[in-house]
Amino acid sequence: MAIAARDFRELRLDGMSRNFGTVNALKGVTLNVRRGEFIALLGPSGCGKSTALNCLAGLLTLSGGSIWLDKTRIDRLAPEDRGFGMVFQNYALFPHMSVRRNIGFGLNMQSRPKAEIERKVDEALAIVRLGDQGDKLPGQLSGGQQQRVAIARAIVIEPPLVLMDEPLSNLDAKLRLEMRAEIRRIHELIGSATIYVTHDQEEALSLADRIVVMRAGEVRQVGTPEDLYSRPAHADVAEFMGYRNQIRSRAAKSGNLVNVSVGGVSLQGTPVESISDGEAVAAMRPDDLKVTADGSISATVESAQYHGHDFYCLGRTSDGIELYFRSAQKVKKGDTVRLAADPDRVLVYARAAP
Amino acid sequence: MSDRAAEAPRERMPLRVRLALYDLDGVTLLVLPAIIFVIALFVYPFVYGFVLSFQPKKGDWLANYAKFFSDPFLYDTIAATFRLAIPSTLINVLLSIPVALRVRRMRNRRILTTILVIPITLGTVLIAQGLLIYLGPQGWFNRVMATIGIEHMRLVHNYTGVMLSLIISGFPFTFLLTLSYLTGIDPSLEQAAATLGAKARERFLHILLPLLAQGLAINLCLSFVQTFSVFPSAVLLGAPAGETRVISIAAYQAAYEQYNYSMASAVAMIMGFCQLFVVALILGARRFVYRGSAGGGKG
Repeated sequence: MAIAARDFRELRLDGMSRNFGTVNALKGVTLNVRRGEFIALLGPSGCGKSTALNCLAGLLTLSGGSIWLDKTRIDRLAPEDRGFGMVFQNYALFPHMSVRRNIGFGLNMQSRPKAEIERKVDEALAIVRLGDQGDKLPGQLSGGQQQRVAIARAIVIEPPLVLMDEPLSNLDAKLRLEMRAEIRRIHELIGSATIYVTHDQEEALSLADRIVVMRAGEVRQVGTPEDLYSRPAHADVAEFMGYRNQIRSRAAKSGNLVNVSVGGVSLQGTPVESISDGEAVAAMRPDDLKVTADGSISATVESAQYHGHDFYCLGRTSDGIELYFRSAQKVKKGDTVRLAADPDRVLVYARAAP
Repeated sequence: MSDRAAEAPRERMPLRVRLALYDLDGVTLLVLPAIIFVIALFVYPFVYGFVLSFQPKKGDWLANYAKFFSDPFLYDTIAATFRLAIPSTLINVLLSIPVALRVRRMRNRRILTTILVIPITLGTVLIAQGLLIYLGPQGWFNRVMATIGIEHMRLVHNYTGVMLSLIISGFPFTFLLTLSYLTGIDPSLEQAAATLGAKARERFLHILLPLLAQGLAINLCLSFVQTFSVFPSAVLLGAPAGETRVISIAAYQAAYEQYNYSMASAVAMIMGFCQLFVVALILGARRFVYRGSAGGGKG
């Protein structure tokens, strides 16, 4: 393939921060990105992930910190001088230009020879599998096709870094799955580093080499999808990674494990943060709460949604704690079930200061 | 048999349902006042004037038009009006682009917008009055110029005076229109162009201008029609017997100095035709520019 990312070794964010008036949208983000890496910036809306991306693209100036591409400091450069490809949430295709001219725009701005532009646009169209749509206007394409044009336009300039701002959020569920695979395939083909902003943990888990979880303008945890999935470092990260059951409880150490009280019974869990005896939060995934006859927790089913291969249920214990769990057998409202959890899968965090 | 079967349900359909099929219902009646208004105040006078213009006081039915196009005192007004309307329209519309580009990014643009809109609310007569005083021979402008040794400049009672007035009263209008078209362009398009390496000038030429083009065409039309019918400032600030004898003055004189309504109607028709011609020309040129939405995608 002739379209390949410009070479670089490392992108370094050093205490990157940004204020809007008195609001600190980014509070010193530090991160190293290697060539070829796929990084997902994950967090709830308002956590500063889009701000971080715009700072990287140069669309926002930094209030503090710096950005380095190998030995060059780039945070003072205008966006047009950085040469990063960016895919916008609403695609931002130029509505008055044909698909070909949209894709060729970046090369045109570099005043490349016409023949070369034509050739590269053809290649980019082939990469995103839109070979026969080149002469249409963006308005004549479907959402998924527009998305592909936006990606083609960003990668055809062979950027060292491709920035994507929630690119799949406007697509329907089926297309989203398809495009997810496409994005990963194109990333591997081009060999650039990709920074991908999303609030969808599933998207981040399936796409990224490393996930950066952000909250309130700060990086909460950086790690591989496996790390984050099985061992979130903080209660809020856990909540975001699908640990839907967060039970405030008293904790007592017992060897390597801690005991927390749930539904009037004591449950063994694994401490993630150092827990002083007392207040703690026990986090569990719905998948890790098993319905078994000899389970120690007893709960009354309040709702059960049929999800195909199992039921997704909400139960309530005698002391009023809500528990989300999955059940392979049919359960209905009002049933009493007995639940158990592997101590390995009950993560105990220190309770965050209110 | 089959005919009757097909007709039967149609007969049973009440009038209301049949009207609803054409999107007509009770609410449609609300359009009536507007239709009456347009007919009474536009269509009727227009048709009346049109017919009247072919009933001259003497001569055959085209006598008014023949007279107009044979008398340089009359037909020169067309050129005089174009000499004012075209430059002032172009200046207003072209000047509005950079101003709107800058104002669009201002935080409290309301203040500036308010300041710029004030001339609209003042009306042409007040502007003319002000200009007469400030730019006249004894006005502060010429006095200031005199103190720094610049000779007296004649800025009123001539072409310059009318032009200044047309710009002052016309600019806020074109500016507001350009600003609204400009803010309708998705800002992410410009950002996308920037990440693709386009400098400010290129972003303007390749992205903003093409998307603004059709708005500018509308703006040109409205501004042109407004300045072509200039009357008060041409009389007050210009030389109504000389270089700023515009076509509306000719119509006024025919109607209220010679009491020849038929001739006045003919002049008004010629004026209307000139305006229509230019508007058609501009709108026709619109086919060469992009006319769709200025959004970046399905959003």
